[in-house]
Amino acid sequence: MKRPGLLSFLIIFIGIAYIIRLFYLQVIDNSYNIPTLNNSAVKITYDYPERGYIYDRNGILLVANQLSYDIMIIPREVKPLDTVEFCSLLKITKEDFIKKYTKAVHYSTRIPSTFVQQLSKNDFAFLQEKMHKFRGFYIQKRSLRQYPIKSAPNVLGYISEVNERMIEKNPYYQLGELIGTAGVEKTYEDDLRGTKGVKYIQRNRFNKEIGPYKNGIYDTLAIPGNDISLTIDTKLQQYGEALMANKRGGIVAIEPSSGEILALVSTPTYDPNLMVGRERSKNFTKLYLDSISKPLFDRGLQAQYPPGSPFKIFTALAALQEKAIDTHTSVKCFGGYKYGSGKNAFMKCHCGTYGSPVELNKAIYRSCNSYFANAYKRIIEKHATPYEGMNAWNKHAESFGLGNYLNNDLSVGKKGLIPDGDYYNRYYPNGRWRASTTISNSIGQGEVLTTPIQLANLTATVANRGFYFTPHIVKKIKGKEIDKKYTVPNYTTIDKKYFEPVIEGLFDVFENPKGTASWSRVKGIEICGKTGTAENPHGQDHSIFIAFAPKDNPKIAIAVFVENGYWGSRWAGPIATLMIEKYLNGETSRPWEEERMLNGSLQDEYDKQLKEITEIEE
Amino acid sequence: MRSKKNNIFYGIDWVLVLFYFVLVFIGWINIYSATITEDQLGLINLSSEYGKQIIWIGLSIPLIIFIFMFEAKFYEKYASILYLISLTSLAGLFILGKNINGATSWYNFGIFSLQPSEFAKAATALAMAKLVSDKQFNLKKFNTQVQALLILFFPAILITLQPDPGSALVYTAFIFVLYREGLPAYHITISFIAILLFIITLTFGYINTLIGSFLAFLLILLFFNFYRKKAFKKGWLKIIGVYLVSALFIFSVDFVFNHVFEQRHRDRFNILLGKTSDIKSIGYNTDQSVTTIASGGLFGKGFLEGERTQGDFVPEQQTDYIFTTIGEEWGFIGSSLVIILFVLFLLRIIQIAERQKSKFSRVYGYSIAAIFFTHVTINIGMVIGMLPTIGIPLPFFSYGGSALWGFTVLLFIFIRLDANRTYEW
Ligand SMILES: [Zn+2]
Repeated sequence: MKRPGLLSFLIIFIGIAYIIRLFYLQVIDNSYNIPTLNNSAVKITYDYPERGYIYDRNGILLVANQLSYDIMIIPREVKPLDTVEFCSLLKITKEDFIKKYTKAVHYSTRIPSTFVQQLSKNDFAFLQEKMHKFRGFYIQKRSLRQYPIKSAPNVLGYISEVNERMIEKNPYYQLGELIGTAGVEKTYEDDLRGTKGVKYIQRNRFNKEIGPYKNGIYDTLAIPGNDISLTIDTKLQQYGEALMANKRGGIVAIEPSSGEILALVSTPTYDPNLMVGRERSKNFTKLYLDSISKPLFDRGLQAQYPPGSPFKIFTALAALQEKAIDTHTSVKCFGGYKYGSGKNAFMKCHCGTYGSPVELNKAIYRSCNSYFANAYKRIIEKHATPYEGMNAWNKHAESFGLGNYLNNDLSVGKKGLIPDGDYYNRYYPNGRWRASTTISNSIGQGEVLTTPIQLANLTATVANRGFYFTPHIVKKIKGKEIDKKYTVPNYTTIDKKYFEPVIEGLFDVFENPKGTASWSRVKGIEICGKTGTAENPHGQDHSIFIAFAPKDNPKIAIAVFVENGYWGSRWAGPIATLMIEKYLNGETSRPWEEERMLNGSLQDEYDKQLKEITEIEE
Repeated sequence: MRSKKNNIFYGIDWVLVLFYFVLVFIGWINIYSATITEDQLGLINLSSEYGKQIIWIGLSIPLIIFIFMFEAKFYEKYASILYLISLTSLAGLFILGKNINGATSWYNFGIFSLQPSEFAKAATALAMAKLVSDKQFNLKKFNTQVQALLILFFPAILITLQPDPGSALVYTAFIFVLYREGLPAYHITISFIAILLFIITLTFGYINTLIGSFLAFLLILLFFNFYRKKAFKKGWLKIIGVYLVSALFIFSVDFVFNHVFEQRHRDRFNILLGKTSDIKSIGYNTDQSVTTIASGGLFGKGFLEGERTQGDFVPEQQTDYIFTTIGEEWGFIGSSLVIILFVLFLLRIIQIAERQKSKFSRVYGYSIAAIFFTHVTINIGMVIGMLPTIGIPLPFFSYGGSALWGFTVLLFIFIRLDANRTYEW
């Protein structure tokens, strides 16, 4: 190119390039034509749909809505105002006013943000008439949660204001809006919430609203949230909460034939209405900071403990499947089991059989440690190496949903722990571990950890003779089938035929006069169950009980866990059987037992612990 | 002849004058739209910004006449002195200047302020024209190159120190002039490579750029080795030398960017390079301006109907972002028409420059074409989101007296020079 031509060439080139860019921006690319929040000439208003109601399995209303009024602010439209009057109307201090105002300005001067949340109906009525005096502020109607029945806060969860992190993750939400942050409100947020409607209103250059923007072609209607029916049986749930009063722990009841959770109790519980209204954050903080009784900790889902004796059921099933034992294999127990050559290699047993041969059935109803330690050892030693044996055992346990999240629709959960060969290789890097090193696993001690819902699911699996439906909390969503994964059975690695002898043993826990729960027998209901005690190095042992009923065609499988409840038959056993009775018969045949449980308190036990803790801290 | 010569309007190019008034008029219309407020509608309020702009425009006519009153010879003869006065006025800012928006770029005269950097462009163009038209002048020589560079360096460094790096950037326009007048092509090639390396370094980091450019140079070496063995024997040392210089350059770009630039400078580049997308704070201006322009569509929303312009939320819309008003209210048709007007205007200047017999006039004309071109390219490029946010005005459009007068002086000195083209000097 000749030198004088370069600049002319560039001028024409840039001119064409810019015109092409303008053509793209102004004519081709439509994405800019949709009004954005930054567009001050278009005002955006939201129409919040009513959040879906929540019902129990029998149509009892658990969660409804009440109207609430928020004061919104658009900082750039605020004109000088009588702050004294405004503050007194809103019942806030001048400092609050300045703080809230600064926060809103910081967020955006154009986009509305919540100034004061959830006014009472009276305050609203009073304020409504004076609102015109305060330019830049307006009242936004919203619906709030209301709980007609004070029950199951751990299941229902709560909604709270979105924080900035959530907004970043999901642009649907704006500062000041509400989102389900726990329980069903969280897992089914999208269904319950519905979709807010958006209206774009055109303003002229003098900020007056002159009608819908572009004749409303971008406006959307609010889509109401869907109502949800839970699998919870409210009567059973409330009964469970009453039985657990003044005791810490959890109850999980499952319908084996569907995996539906009938009750999910965690105590201490609280009134769900505390999580609503202007006192919400105060109440929440109080509950949240209660590190002693931890009311927000769902003990049914999150408490991990060694399961103790109920785990023997699994040991038996795995041993039968591995052909390590048969139903007639017998062991003689002399108050314990010597599993190694060392002095301390001895596991105590209180089965009280004193050397008479113990077969599977008796081993279960007497809960003989020696028998299951032996069975466990045989499983491991059936394989070429302890490593392979351990892995085989682990595979069976995992097929029951143990050692992992159940992958369901509950907002919290814990994995528990089922060790495998690698686990022990890490602890004994030289590989010097054998069946006897890990023998405590056989009786649900050692490394094994489970949550109450995992135990309840194990029970349901036994009740079903070999499979389970993933435990879940939602039964129906209006206009939507529940997830298919809840209607497909999960089969275990144990053959069906091995379940019958084990179930007979669990039946004899109640039926045999020497069974560990024979005194809890309920007339007319064939219950199968197992007591358990989880050793607690920090204090009194925990009381555990699992059961299902009826023996044939089971309707309910249950796991009860009472913190510091001494042993299984003391608290957890009666509570479990009372729950079963309540569910199957509607009332108990043992009012004295019911009375004892309703009024029984472990508060002394907890106070004692608290005292010890404070003494240590001092 | 004498009488004709005494008529100060004799021989002037009316096409350029027409361009000037058309552009200024369109500019004012848009300033009016961008700054009119509710209570002033229908009135002409001289204390408002559009009102003040009318005064500036009105006063530009005596200014033009004043420029025409001097003989063309005057501008050549006193080029150096005008240049020195201009440098002095820039330097004087550090003592007497008034700080507005963090930059000491203004002299305050009570009712109005003047920005000497807007006039320094014309003075520098005169000085450059004087230097290049010297008979001794030869751009192939190193000495001459240094002289030319120094003429640009002084105003540029004084303006950078104000600090107003955007206005200083305009002086790169003279590279076109020097190229036109015989500066070896590799200067431009080197500048181009430097800009490329600059962008790549900021986008991909200096380590990647070092590795990438090393591979590129390796490929060049291999190419010469295989296909031009002779050239290779002579050239490989040179190529290695070039690579070392490039590496040094890449390091210093990284250093300057991370240690000399302030965060707001870095942010501007990062948005342009797509490394940041925080449209709410840093990129707010660009995002707003692009959205505003795009909302204009094919035909625009009409005069005073641009809701985003009237909503007053493109910042500095009447100054650096005036093009957004055109985009929104006059649409693709209006904004591309303005670009076409500028293209024709610039081509006309070049056409006239090329027909000058005097080398001084030619170089001056070419200089102002390059300056206008740089202003238009950077300003519109920024507003439509193709260049980083560099705050320099759009000639004849942006609100502000100094800018308007500066561009008026720039243009009308050239028209005066051109009017004399037929005469002996
Ligand atoms: Zn025993």
